[in-house]
Amino acid sequence: MEKTKRKKHYKKRITFGDVVIIAVMLILAALCVLPLLNVIATSLSSPGAIMRREITIFPVEFHTGAYADILGDARFLRSMVWTAILTVIVVVVNLVMTVLAAYPLTYSSLKGRKYIMIYFIFTMMFGAGLIPGFILNRDLGLLNNPLVLIIPGSLSIFNLIIMRNFFMGIPESLKESAEIDGASPMTILFKIFVPLSLPSFATIGLWVAVGRWNGFQDALFFLPAASEYHPIQLLLWNILQQNTTVDVADPGGLSAMPVGWGRVVENASIVVAMIPILCVYPFIQKYFVKGATLGAVKG
Amino acid sequence: MENTLTKNKKAGYWRGYWSRHWSLYAMLLLPVVFIFIFRYVPMVHLYRGFAVNNTIAPLRDLEFVGLDNFRNAFTNQIFINAIRNTLLFSALDLLLGFPAPIILALLLNELKFERFKKITQSISYVPNFISWVIVGGLATTLFSTHIGAVNGFIESWGFEAIPFLEREGHWIISNVLISIWRGVGWSSIIYLAAITNISPELYEAAEIDGASRLRKMWHITLPGIRPVIATLFTLALGGIMAAELDRFVALENSFVRGVSEVIPIFVWRWGLQANQFALATVIGIFQGIIGMIMLLSGNWFVKKMGGAGFW
Repeated sequence: MEKTKRKKHYKKRITFGDVVIIAVMLILAALCVLPLLNVIATSLSSPGAIMRREITIFPVEFHTGAYADILGDARFLRSMVWTAILTVIVVVVNLVMTVLAAYPLTYSSLKGRKYIMIYFIFTMMFGAGLIPGFILNRDLGLLNNPLVLIIPGSLSIFNLIIMRNFFMGIPESLKESAEIDGASPMTILFKIFVPLSLPSFATIGLWVAVGRWNGFQDALFFLPAASEYHPIQLLLWNILQQNTTVDVADPGGLSAMPVGWGRVVENASIVVAMIPILCVYPFIQKYFVKGATLGAVKG
Repeated sequence: MENTLTKNKKAGYWRGYWSRHWSLYAMLLLPVVFIFIFRYVPMVHLYRGFAVNNTIAPLRDLEFVGLDNFRNAFTNQIFINAIRNTLLFSALDLLLGFPAPIILALLLNELKFERFKKITQSISYVPNFISWVIVGGLATTLFSTHIGAVNGFIESWGFEAIPFLEREGHWIISNVLISIWRGVGWSSIIYLAAITNISPELYEAAEIDGASRLRKMWHITLPGIRPVIATLFTLALGGIMAAELDRFVALENSFVRGVSEVIPIFVWRWGLQANQFALATVIGIFQGIIGMIMLLSGNWFVKKMGGAGFW
């Protein structure tokens, strides 16, 4: 309804201003897409073409050898699979924790609700920082322990606030009529709130998933001696910083390969690490957008 | 007798309250304990900022040294550089990065073709979902002097290559612009949402008065989203002493260490890796307090200006 109203006040005539705006938008869209195309093209080109800087958005001297190298590198594959498993676990743990915290706080009859909220929100404003966190993890035996990628981040107060806002949007009357029927809070949660909140679970879950897939700080800090548990982004960072190299299929190793081959492999590993996000992005976009406005307007 | 009656009533009330609410408290138990252990317990270790530097010994064995660590910190050139770099990037982010999504939202709002607008928006969100590590890789592939496609272009036109990432001054600008590239589309969502809440009647009235498009933007759209701008500006002020570690770790290289070392990198490199726990804790305390002061004063200011504020 609002859309038709808005449309009405724009005249359909295209003015000079429209042309300028459309041009700016086209440039912006190109700026977003071209770097990705360039990196894909680079990963499919020959080392010589890279050194001569001939690559724009089309591969030069096309070949897929770099991908063969990456897919042949057991460490890279294992890291991808491990990060995928890790992401699923982290999403489930986060959703459970968020619901456990958010649902009781929607009850206005809950005594102490205000103080519990303050208790949670204060940690958003002031945190102890890296060193105290490091010492805590060390004391708890989480150092070089893969659980450090799951437990310390298992509840985000920001997500808690968003989830609570979602829950508060569910009509009070539904809850009241269930209460009159003698339903306990647990029953109400599973019979009413959970089924009605699936889109919000999707939003928060996807948010957590992208954060986990793209995150590497915690592994960098807390898994210095457990590289077998490094998530894909940390492995990729180490490859890009040339702290480590992908095992190339050639028996002579990287040194026997043509100059610039490392560059091709680097770009191929960027593409492989990026693919999961780019593949699911079109389908999940709407959930992200919903979450972004909700969290920011009320949070 | 009356007394026992009210007592019974009270006891009955509490029994009823508890029987209806115990499961809610049971649910809260796990998150509350979790937050206590992982967010509040570490605060005990802030004491290390006031004690002799020791990475292993338990707190009770540490000798109290008062503000010595703070004094050392503020005479330490690396520490001061980290603060300077953080403030430099925060200032540039506020100056260039903060208005960018507002301008984008205004432009998107002026697009007449719904489909084109939707597609542009969707594309503009994509960089936000690409990790900083990958963005760092993209930056090298595009902008490095030796293999970068952009410099290949520039040289093929007969100009000299630009050291986008290899010179400190250039790197600062590149870093800020790349950060805008990554975040501008995503950050515009909230402003666009606010714009759709502005009453269409205002625009119609302005049109009858013959207002131009720019005048409508300036006099209707911008004032309409002012509360959102104020809120987000306050949040940005609160983060003035903070920096995203990922961004600087992913983009830095050995040529630009002098300007890339922001507070989180300092804490990681000099605190964690070089075992300067006391010094790194000091900078954490400093950062936390400044952040809180900025947030509180920003909130006060927004309220003073007639905005909503957070509390």
